[in-house]
Amino acid sequence: MNAAVSLLIGLAMGLNLLSLASSRMPSLIRIVATQGVALGVIPILMEGQFSWLVALVSAVTVMLKGVVIPNLLHRAMRAVKIDREIEPFIGFVPSLLLGAAGTIAAVAGARALPLLPEHAGSLLVPGALASIFTGFILLIGRVKAISQVCGYLVLENGIYLFGLLLINSTPLLVESGILLDLTVAVFVIGIIMDRIQRAFDSLDTRRLTALRE
Amino acid sequence: MTAALEIVLRLALWLLLAPLLPGIINRVKAWVAGRRGPPVLQLYYDLARLWGKSVVLSNLVSPGFVAGPAVAWVALLAGALLLPLGSAGGVISFKGDVLLLVYLLAVARFCTAWAAMETGSSFEGMGAAREVSFAVLSEVALITAVLSLSALSGSVTLSGMLAPSVGAGAALLAAGLFAVLLAENCRVPFDDPNTHLELTMIHEVMALDHGGPPLAVILHGASMKLLLFAVLLCESVLPIGQLSPVAGAAALACAVLAVAACVGLVESLTARFAFRRVPLLLTTAFLLCLFALLLAWKGGPG
Repeated sequence: MNAAVSLLIGLAMGLNLLSLASSRMPSLIRIVATQGVALGVIPILMEGQFSWLVALVSAVTVMLKGVVIPNLLHRAMRAVKIDREIEPFIGFVPSLLLGAAGTIAAVAGARALPLLPEHAGSLLVPGALASIFTGFILLIGRVKAISQVCGYLVLENGIYLFGLLLINSTPLLVESGILLDLTVAVFVIGIIMDRIQRAFDSLDTRRLTALRE
Repeated sequence: MTAALEIVLRLALWLLLAPLLPGIINRVKAWVAGRRGPPVLQLYYDLARLWGKSVVLSNLVSPGFVAGPAVAWVALLAGALLLPLGSAGGVISFKGDVLLLVYLLAVARFCTAWAAMETGSSFEGMGAAREVSFAVLSEVALITAVLSLSALSGSVTLSGMLAPSVGAGAALLAAGLFAVLLAENCRVPFDDPNTHLELTMIHEVMALDHGGPPLAVILHGASMKLLLFAVLLCESVLPIGQLSPVAGAAALACAVLAVAACVGLVESLTARFAFRRVPLLLTTAFLLCLFALLLAWKGGPG
């Protein structure tokens, strides 16, 4: 594993914590987009020799995660006219501490896992576990639907990192399929957010637990 | 004999150079804002003017009103004397002196808060409460940073542990210690040194009822604390100790100037945070130092 990849994964782990600490919706979306771009570049750096297929998938990933999905989210935010403050269920300081504890546990836990020798020293598995954990905290700990979408995106980034372990043995078709799913999911969530906003006059997901006529 | 002479020289150096730092920060701020700004030596003039004034004492206060700032000043000076200066090393160095430094800083804080509450003014009580409650978080970050330096070098003396290595850990430590510097000295994201609204001040509000020589002592002590943290930050990140004495001193001076410029830039470019956001920033500083500690401990990848 070369140093550049480790640096990028370290950056992604830092962005995980930053996403837990950010209190504004646009900055959260920007952080998630940056993380997507940082992780999207990794396949090119990991492959020893240049291959067109890897470069293509990498470019598509960067485009989708860095440009298309953030734009969709920004547009959804404007369309439903919500204020930019993120409301937490779990406060910012506790979620930041939880995220840090999760990151440390991921690094410590990955050492105990029976990994292949070529993956044992790398940050891939700890980075993946930490991102998945951060995604869960964002999904559970935030009230508004858009920040939950961001949590889902961080979760997906973690799964993507895990997928990179198998980059040599699985066809990249799988990764492209996941990307397509992701885009469609964000589309659908955008539409759902619009419907929630019309029906409940709010994007607060706590209200969805009460039945209305 | 030479040791006594060196102590006196170092004391003079710390006492004379400390008020320069706030002047440089103000110069940077004025430069960014396009103003001419106050002279770099402004704090020296202020101190001289304050020293010439008489002391007004409320008939409610105990001797602690004057003793508090004095004890805090002496504690800060003693802490400054413990720090090694570049490759010249520390003049007083013993096993565990870093703990003494942390405790001296705490003593200084306690005495300032105590003197602030002497007059029974509610505003000063608020300021003291804020100072102490933010200190709970920034002290944790500082101690974690000290632990990581200690784990890195395997030493518990200041002159032994301030010999850093370059790497990801140093970058994390620099960011964390810079945030601690800003919080401990009440600089901008945590407190605004220019504000004069009692409800939003931290350090300034604690000195509201002091005037004349006690205020001069408080202001000089604050500038000394700023210099102390700047030197600590530079020496824990940059490998200054390995240079020759003259080059080390020059490098240290340049690094401290760079830190002052960074503080000035931060003050020009950001606004003060709301009080409820401050713990978040200090927790972030703590986590930065914690990850530096883990990196130093495990020597892990990245």
